[in-house]
Amino acid sequence: MEFLLATGIGFVTACAIYLMLRGRTFPVVLGLSLLGYAVNVFIFAMGRLWSNAQPILVGDGPVADPLPQALVLTAIVIGFATTGFVIELALRSRHESGSDHVDGHEPGHAPGYRSAATAPAGKSGGQA
Amino acid sequence: MWDVISTFWLQHAPVLSVLLPVFTAVGLLLIGDSASSGGTGADGRQRWGARLSMASVLLGLFMAVQLVHHASGGDLLVYQLGEWPAPFGIVLVLDRLSALMVLLTYLVAVPVLWYATGGWDTRGRHFHALFQFQLMGLCGAFLTGDLFNLFVFFEVLLIASYVLLVHGQGRERFRMGVHYVVLNLAASGLFLIGLALVYAVTGTLNMTDVALRVGQLTGDSAVLARAAALVLLVVFGLKAALVPLYFWLPGTYASASAPVAALFAIMTKVGVYSIIRVHWGIFGAEAGEAAFAAQAWLLPLALATSVLGVLGALAAHSMGRLVAYLTVSSVGTILAGVGLYSPATLSASLYYTLHSTVVIAGLFLLVELMAAQRGDALDKLRPAAAVREPVLLGLMMIFGAASAAGLPPLPGFLGKLMILESSSGLPAQVWVWAVVLSVGFFTIVGLARAGVIVFWHIQPDEGQGNPGSGSSVKLLSAVWAFMALTLAMAVLASPVKRYTDAATAQLADQAAYARAVLGMTGAPTTRPYDGQRTPAAAPTEETR
Repeated sequence: MEFLLATGIGFVTACAIYLMLRGRTFPVVLGLSLLGYAVNVFIFAMGRLWSNAQPILVGDGPVADPLPQALVLTAIVIGFATTGFVIELALRSRHESGSDHVDGHEPGHAPGYRSAATAPAGKSGGQA
Repeated sequence: MWDVISTFWLQHAPVLSVLLPVFTAVGLLLIGDSASSGGTGADGRQRWGARLSMASVLLGLFMAVQLVHHASGGDLLVYQLGEWPAPFGIVLVLDRLSALMVLLTYLVAVPVLWYATGGWDTRGRHFHALFQFQLMGLCGAFLTGDLFNLFVFFEVLLIASYVLLVHGQGRERFRMGVHYVVLNLAASGLFLIGLALVYAVTGTLNMTDVALRVGQLTGDSAVLARAAALVLLVVFGLKAALVPLYFWLPGTYASASAPVAALFAIMTKVGVYSIIRVHWGIFGAEAGEAAFAAQAWLLPLALATSVLGVLGALAAHSMGRLVAYLTVSSVGTILAGVGLYSPATLSASLYYTLHSTVVIAGLFLLVELMAAQRGDALDKLRPAAAVREPVLLGLMMIFGAASAAGLPPLPGFLGKLMILESSSGLPAQVWVWAVVLSVGFFTIVGLARAGVIVFWHIQPDEGQGNPGSGSSVKLLSAVWAFMALTLAMAVLASPVKRYTDAATAQLADQAAYARAVLGMTGAPTTRPYDGQRTPAAAPTEETR
């Protein structure tokens, strides 16, 4: 079980890092979510691996460490919130700059090339 | 009546400092703002929102002063949330260091909010509520005694900062915002990995308990603990803008609106504070095999940060970026004091932290005042129309520059002098002296270059489109407040230094923390974890 879990976390993390190094915002967001999953499983594993053990004190038998489960729960909630925010921000950035590249402009073009004639760079208001 | 209030206050002081901004923020959201309602009465709401926010921040400042007053006695105030005992319950711990940082937060927040009510708060929605949430995150991060709660409060202050960064909108802000948010989310993942490693080897996340347990680790566990310490150093280094991780800062801070950038001046200090807590408090001298895990990295990186920051300031093409690079440079100087791992240098660093936060926040505001008077050039460092109030703004700029660079008798000089003096005799003394002195020199050069271009390289024909008179007294008064704070810090240098000395001494006294947080009996541990119930758990089972 240890080997499977360790390689699994490692594989997901590797995929996450690969995706986060992409140039478009969508793969980056996907990479961040994947990293979140890998980290959550990692926190679980750090509470030691048990099969068939209860996290709540019921009956006899071994007890799984309950604290990592509480930590993971918090981390999941925060991860949801931040992922939602980063998606919204990426959409808005796409709307403002006309490009879904993380730099806000297509590679090879200067920032703000699209509407350089209509608005001074960096000060385009956008419609609210 | 007064007795009741003061008893209640003393009992709940740490949590009240966190709750005050939250309740204010909820109230502000209930009031709403003009953009969300529209029509008549919206302006009134906006005005009441600003008043409520201001009143709350002033009350917070008063409470922070009380916190410092209480902490200066040397007592640790431990607040167990829900009365669950540490180490498994969550605690807030008020010591001298955290009280000082909360006070610093409010000292920055009050003038910044005053400045923001001069117009910036109406350029986007819910500015005040977000400002309060940011304060909540900052206070919580400074007061918490639990590593996982540190992560939670980091997220609170970061989420507020994400939205504040894009406040006022504009393409540049969204562009930098994506970078900033993605970087910080990746860092959050890393933070959790570091925490999980700490939990794996110690079985607890309470800072005091971790500090006790880390010292008993040997062999593989100690190696894992060292790894966790370095992972956390990367995370906090990113927040504090340590050398390989500072590239996000100048663009982000330069593109944020002035009051937001000024408030962000405290955010790098959260990284510094966390480094002090984790690498002094936990992985410090008493950490056994994991002791001084960051020592080989922290000092060289800090000195490099200082140098690269000032080089960036020399090369900056706008005043906003210049001040942002000065932030990087000052963080390097602060962390150099921390990285020397001697109590005297840490104390000097704390004094310098206070000074650099205040000065940089003031400079961010001042830069916008100057930019507003330069026509289309804004804060770009190129010849442009003359500033309309050259004498007033010029003198303020000289004052800020002199203190940032460390000219006597301003506190920047005192702080740097303390760092230099306290580092004498240490092995790294030559490096610290060389870097701190040359960085001070190049800071002057960079700021002089900016001043010369802004105030002397004038193209009169561009000045036609600048109707109106000078800056409003309201906006200026916020900058004056920061200058008054700087002056006060110079005048009160001796008591402040005594306080930071005491704070450093308190940090080293782990036994006192253990007594206050964990009680006389010490804490039970779950490591090595065997899946069996501890005997202590049995009675609760029987009472069901």
